[in-house]
Amino acid sequence: MVLLKIKFPFQKRVRLAQGLWLLSWVAMFSGAITFAIGVFLKTELHRRSEVMHSMDIHIVPNLLMAVGLASVGINICAGKVCQDSLDTSRFPRWKTFLPPFFCFSVFITSLLLVAMILSFALQPSLEESLKIGLKNGIRFYKDTDTPGRCFQKETIDRLQIEFQCCGNTNYRDWFEVQWISSRYLDFTSKEVKDRVRSNVDGRYLLDGVPFSCCNPASPRPCIQYSLLDNSAHYNYEYQTEELNLYNRGCRQALVSYYMGLMNTIGPCVLFDFLLQMTILVSLRYLQTAMEGVIGQENVEIETEGYILEKGVKETLLETKEKVKKLLQFAQVGDASATTPGTQPDEEKPATA
Amino acid sequence: MALMKVKFDLKKRVKLAQMLWLMYWFSIMAGVLVFSMGLFFKIELRKRSELMDNNESHFVPNILIGVGLLACFLNACGGKICYDSLDSTKFVKWKSILKPFLICCLFFNFLLIVTAAMCFAMRIPLEFTLAEGLKNGMKYYKDTDTPGRCYMKRTLDLMQIEFRCCGNNNYKDWFEIQWVSNRYLDFSSKEVKDRISSNVDGKYLMDGVPFSCCNPSSPRPCIQQQITNNSAHYSYDHYTEELNIWKRGCRDALVSYYGGMMNTIGILVLMVTLLQIAVMIGLQYVNTSLSTLVNPEDPESESEGWILEKTVKETFTDIMANMKAMGKGNQVDEEANEEAVATVS
Repeated sequence: MVLLKIKFPFQKRVRLAQGLWLLSWVAMFSGAITFAIGVFLKTELHRRSEVMHSMDIHIVPNLLMAVGLASVGINICAGKVCQDSLDTSRFPRWKTFLPPFFCFSVFITSLLLVAMILSFALQPSLEESLKIGLKNGIRFYKDTDTPGRCFQKETIDRLQIEFQCCGNTNYRDWFEVQWISSRYLDFTSKEVKDRVRSNVDGRYLLDGVPFSCCNPASPRPCIQYSLLDNSAHYNYEYQTEELNLYNRGCRQALVSYYMGLMNTIGPCVLFDFLLQMTILVSLRYLQTAMEGVIGQENVEIETEGYILEKGVKETLLETKEKVKKLLQFAQVGDASATTPGTQPDEEKPATA
Repeated sequence: MALMKVKFDLKKRVKLAQMLWLMYWFSIMAGVLVFSMGLFFKIELRKRSELMDNNESHFVPNILIGVGLLACFLNACGGKICYDSLDSTKFVKWKSILKPFLICCLFFNFLLIVTAAMCFAMRIPLEFTLAEGLKNGMKYYKDTDTPGRCYMKRTLDLMQIEFRCCGNNNYKDWFEIQWVSNRYLDFSSKEVKDRISSNVDGKYLMDGVPFSCCNPSSPRPCIQQQITNNSAHYSYDHYTEELNIWKRGCRDALVSYYGGMMNTIGILVLMVTLLQIAVMIGLQYVNTSLSTLVNPEDPESESEGWILEKTVKETFTDIMANMKAMGKGNQVDEEANEEAVATVS
């Protein structure tokens, strides 16, 4: 039973070919846009790569770029096929090329869906990667004299200013690390000695945050140090103070930013996917309709177009058989290479 | 002796008209570009109008917007004329207004040059406006409870962070004003009372700056308070410390930002002017080549085209003579009227 058969008179065929040619141009631009979107996403992820521990999430922009480029090529081919389909002398040369072309295109187009699914599925991985990356960034904040880490301070400061966030989960993360380098601590002063002795690792911990946590929208000048000590500042209560520092943690800020980006990109990618599938289905109809015309004298006869010649199940069985045969041929080829030695021996005793 | 005379046959005329039509399309896009640049500049000025004392002149961006729209309109007309010039029946209706249209284009080109000059010259009044606006802005930094000024702190902080600058001329401007509101000062403490009594106006002045002056590239945590007191901080010398806070003043930063923008816009307007002059000359060639057909009935005959019918000097003297004649004509009329009046009365 043929799958989704449609009758195609000559006019309908011509219209299909013309419409498809135009649509393939549109899809080519759409593919280029998908590629550009992939490049943009990769650049954005790369910009913050210093606070990301693993590169798993990069598979999404990589897929988008690959599919974008491939779909430009696919659509150029499709346009060429449409152009040739209007001329029955030129169409037959596409005969052997089209079936593998369809399989390849369907596979590439389905990668778009895979990319979309991955962009949601990899969110926990992104969050974990950011958690570790930010923790390291905060730990190495003070190491501005260590090669390889000397830009961590600037990176974290600019990140906190740009994304309006403080710390990993919240500002209290800064209380647990020594973020002031020992180079700038006066170890002869009582205060420093007290603080260093007050914890097991001998670190200088304080209830203060860097200046980049300060919120410009606060009505009072920024309070960075002695944050938990209400008596250290006039008219200050840390439990009710909301606007002094940024309340959001940088991990949450970055995850929302990237998820927002991918949610914006999602509809564009979905549109490209639908457009591409429409083109492939229409091209299949055009191919099957044209096959009825080839070899006929009257070009203007009515033909039928379909997606699959037999039902889905039967086509799958057939494909399986074909693949088995191919494998068997390969095996038989090997077997016949080894048997010629035995056959002449069998013949010899008969003649002798 | 005509200026830059060129012989035209039908093929050359058609090619000229087609090329000119294409160039008019580019000119329309250039007009749209000028319009959008004027709009962009206007929005940028609006964004920082608080720092310019709400007093800034929007003259230049308004002119750019007007010129852009006018350019689109004139170029659309020119394009239509070119399109019709290939068909002699359609071209007849344009023939009479072509000369005034070309004179309009000439005046428009002068206007474009003047606009470009103004773009370059606007830097100076902008500098004065910014100096005044920033000074006042810093004065109102602490007034976060006064309606109308409550966002000044946020605006200044965000600006200092974005433009990487501190204060008006440099960071010392913050030492001369009270930028900490009285609401957050403990007037019973000795330190506060000392500072207030140390100056005539009773202001709480200190050698500290807001957090937005801090430079993230500094290797050490930001030192905002007691900047000029070396003993207050370990291993610190404020004479040699370069990376702690931003060294540049915000007036310099903003002027160079807007100056750069205006220079770019000015250069683009000059390029658009060149394009406009080119299409104007092209249109003059089309006009003259179609009016000097050897055989007016035969559209395929040869013709000549020029920019000016006589040389520049002669054209100039002609124009002066015409204007004098017009002036004398008025005088003669007036005298005749007076005589008539005199004779009548």
